[in-house]
Amino acid sequence: MRTAMKRKNDLQLDRRSFLRVSSVAAGGLLVSLYFDLPAASAQGNQPAKIYPPDAFVHIRPDGKIMITVNRLEFGQGVHTALPMVLADELDADWSQVIAELAPAAEVYKDPVFGMQMVGGSGSIAHSFQQYRELGAKVRAMLVATAADRWRVTPDQCRTEASMVHGPNKQRAKYADLAIDAARKTVPEKVTLKNPSQFRIIGKAVPRIDSRSKCDGSQKFGLDLDLPGMKIAVVAHPPVFGGKVKSVNDAEARQVEGVRDVFEIPLVKGSGVAVVADKFWPAKQARDLLKIDWDLSGIELPDSAQLWTKYRELARTRGNVAVTRGDEKLIDQIAAPNRIVAEFEFPYLAHAPMEPLNATVRFDGDAAEAWVPSQFQTMDQMTIGQVLGLKPEQVTFHTEFAGGGFGRRAVIDAHVPREAAVIAKRLRGTPVTLIWTREDDVRGGYYRPMHAHRVEVGIGPDGMPAAWRHVIVGQSLVAGTPFEGMIKNGVDETAVEGTSDTSYIIPDFHVSAHHPKVNVPVLWWRSVGHTHNAFVMETLIDELATRAKMGAIAYRRKLLKPEAKKLRAALDLLEQKTLWSKRLPPQGHAFGIACHESFETAVACAVEVSIENKRPRIHQATLAVHCGMAVNPLTIESQFQGGIGFGLTQLVGQGAITLKDGRVEQRNFDGYTPPYIADVPVSVDVHIVPSTEAPTGCGEPPVPVISPAVVNALARLTGKRYRSLPLVSI
Amino acid sequence: MATYQLTVNGQRKQVNVDPSTPLLWVLREDLKMTGTKYGCGISACGACTVHLNGVATRSCVVPVSLVGDRPIVTIEGVANDPVGRVVQNAWVEKDVVQCGYCQSGQIMSAVALLKATPKPTDENIEESMGGNLCRCATYVRIREAIKNASQKIK
Repeated sequence: MRTAMKRKNDLQLDRRSFLRVSSVAAGGLLVSLYFDLPAASAQGNQPAKIYPPDAFVHIRPDGKIMITVNRLEFGQGVHTALPMVLADELDADWSQVIAELAPAAEVYKDPVFGMQMVGGSGSIAHSFQQYRELGAKVRAMLVATAADRWRVTPDQCRTEASMVHGPNKQRAKYADLAIDAARKTVPEKVTLKNPSQFRIIGKAVPRIDSRSKCDGSQKFGLDLDLPGMKIAVVAHPPVFGGKVKSVNDAEARQVEGVRDVFEIPLVKGSGVAVVADKFWPAKQARDLLKIDWDLSGIELPDSAQLWTKYRELARTRGNVAVTRGDEKLIDQIAAPNRIVAEFEFPYLAHAPMEPLNATVRFDGDAAEAWVPSQFQTMDQMTIGQVLGLKPEQVTFHTEFAGGGFGRRAVIDAHVPREAAVIAKRLRGTPVTLIWTREDDVRGGYYRPMHAHRVEVGIGPDGMPAAWRHVIVGQSLVAGTPFEGMIKNGVDETAVEGTSDTSYIIPDFHVSAHHPKVNVPVLWWRSVGHTHNAFVMETLIDELATRAKMGAIAYRRKLLKPEAKKLRAALDLLEQKTLWSKRLPPQGHAFGIACHESFETAVACAVEVSIENKRPRIHQATLAVHCGMAVNPLTIESQFQGGIGFGLTQLVGQGAITLKDGRVEQRNFDGYTPPYIADVPVSVDVHIVPSTEAPTGCGEPPVPVISPAVVNALARLTGKRYRSLPLVSI
Repeated sequence: MATYQLTVNGQRKQVNVDPSTPLLWVLREDLKMTGTKYGCGISACGACTVHLNGVATRSCVVPVSLVGDRPIVTIEGVANDPVGRVVQNAWVEKDVVQCGYCQSGQIMSAVALLKATPKPTDENIEESMGGNLCRCATYVRIREAIKNASQKIK
């Protein structure tokens, strides 16, 4: 980011040019390529966007090639995979490739979203083509330069490992061609490689950031150390939206190192900020504040009451998400051939390992921010709004993040907002706002709680003939600038995975209620699929058992012909899993589930026993169809880890609950995500070979694991599990 | 405020802090050694694990005033130890990390385990690593890396 600043100062170029050239501090050359991204050009007659002077590729004199990654790295491996994509088309020497995270800027917006963010498992899916073209264009410019020098035509040259080779054994290093190459016109069209020509894409490439994350040298947002920096913590109201009535800060101010204590507005209500030289005095002082809160007129959410309300709502039809056939048909099916199932899913916190944080310095007519951000566009804009600045007046650095899972992509940008409010008062001083783990666990923005009520009518062939399904849960986007995503009163993110099921159900009716509750909610890795896949895959499993059919055979029979990815995943699973080859050992059972989300199909088999009244997952086998596998090593990693994350909703203390408006958990002692003994001892991941466009890998692992495990448990206990977390078996 | 002499990764350091300050924050803010991470502050996640006199210890709940003259080893110094170096290399070889935030603590716990039990069973691993949380759930590869390191320790 320090280099980004240098670059901005060093580049003085024609803004209409697509190519920007400059010598940079290190003496190298910056090759910046800008082209109209589909989302930008799709907006029709708007004036052409002027991109700020930042780059994607920087070929340095020492041969190192710096590739800028247009989105956050927070574990998903994009900081390795996107450079792989670009480097392959560039024919770069991979051992010389280094990478950096881009600051917030127009040019780094996600080509599909038109905003700079990570979401929808789109890191590779959305930027694959973009990074290939960038690599191919830079390569073409380097080849053209070499061809000129040698007085040959470009098609007489070939490239390999950062070197252009001519027809008469001429050789030129990219680093020696870069300055002249940067003066070339950027080709509008380039021929991309045929997949058989890939040298890096498709290989199991170790992560670029591996060593630095094993020796303590990798800096995350919380590791910033800026001259004169202060640390802030905020006392938040005990109920969402509460306001400070009065505060006695006399004791707090006596803590050595405390610089200021003041009330700040929050998105809703207000809180008290404590600013200190270091974290410990800030936290000590916060603990000493005596705050009288004004909770008048504020709804006090209560889990028990909400469940009562949700169960009642689930018995009435909601806004229609999909309706196919005759809704009353199911009432004509005899009771023995009907299943009525009610499901409950609690609020869940994301709880990324690195507590939420943001650092802001306000300089009056400009500001600088350092944020581990999944949503740079919103965070930068919000900081600007608080400080009375335009977004581009806020120099915004993307910091490495210690996890996120959706929690760092918040529409109201409440963490950077708080940091900006505090920084405004401390003009000229950089201030890091730290949300303690307690702030995070109690701070809202949870996966919403949901109730499902499903009535299934079973046909004479044992297959579902009629299906009536009501889903109750808060909308993620109601009341936000993204409210337009709600169609016919249905928030797609609440019904995804059910309303678009790949199973053939001739008579199919899904509706949704979105009650308003005073608890902020947010997308949680795989979003609506977390609960919808659980409902669908446990019910389908139950139907298969009733039909006395194999779990894989039943699903295969029920899948739509066009569900090709799921079929391929199931086929591969059947080949690879021990399920098909042997009986489980005594006391063990197999369970399976499959689900498609973010255009990736996953089939999962687990072997489970019961130890100490908990499911013990001995082994998991996953078969995945994610299109072309850009980095199989990262994909395996995402799937191994993703199922571990998915088990958050199965562990005994995997729930956020409220009583009298207060969150009952405070830290990992009460809200306890999976530890090493809670996840499978081994996970083998098999990828369906494909040359189709790559699709998401971050979220699709999450939905399958919990239904697979409880489907196995059902075989051991004869019980069906419909309320999470799994408190007792 | 009080002055404390600490031995961190073999070097003598002096800090002037409130006696209640957890060792974690002394390392991070006073000694600028940010490899040791804050995750929970209540010894429930293990991100802050260091070695105190050779024992894996959650530095977020150890006030600096209780450290005394016990030597401290952090992730920044663990490569000086032969087992530490083997474990770090195994982590890289197995491509364990994802976000990486918890991995300093994971590695410190694994090094302590392998020093005490060079050939750990799965049960030993679950016992020693059982308090180290990883939200990316890199546990499968953590287990593999520990076994890989175990084979290389003489």
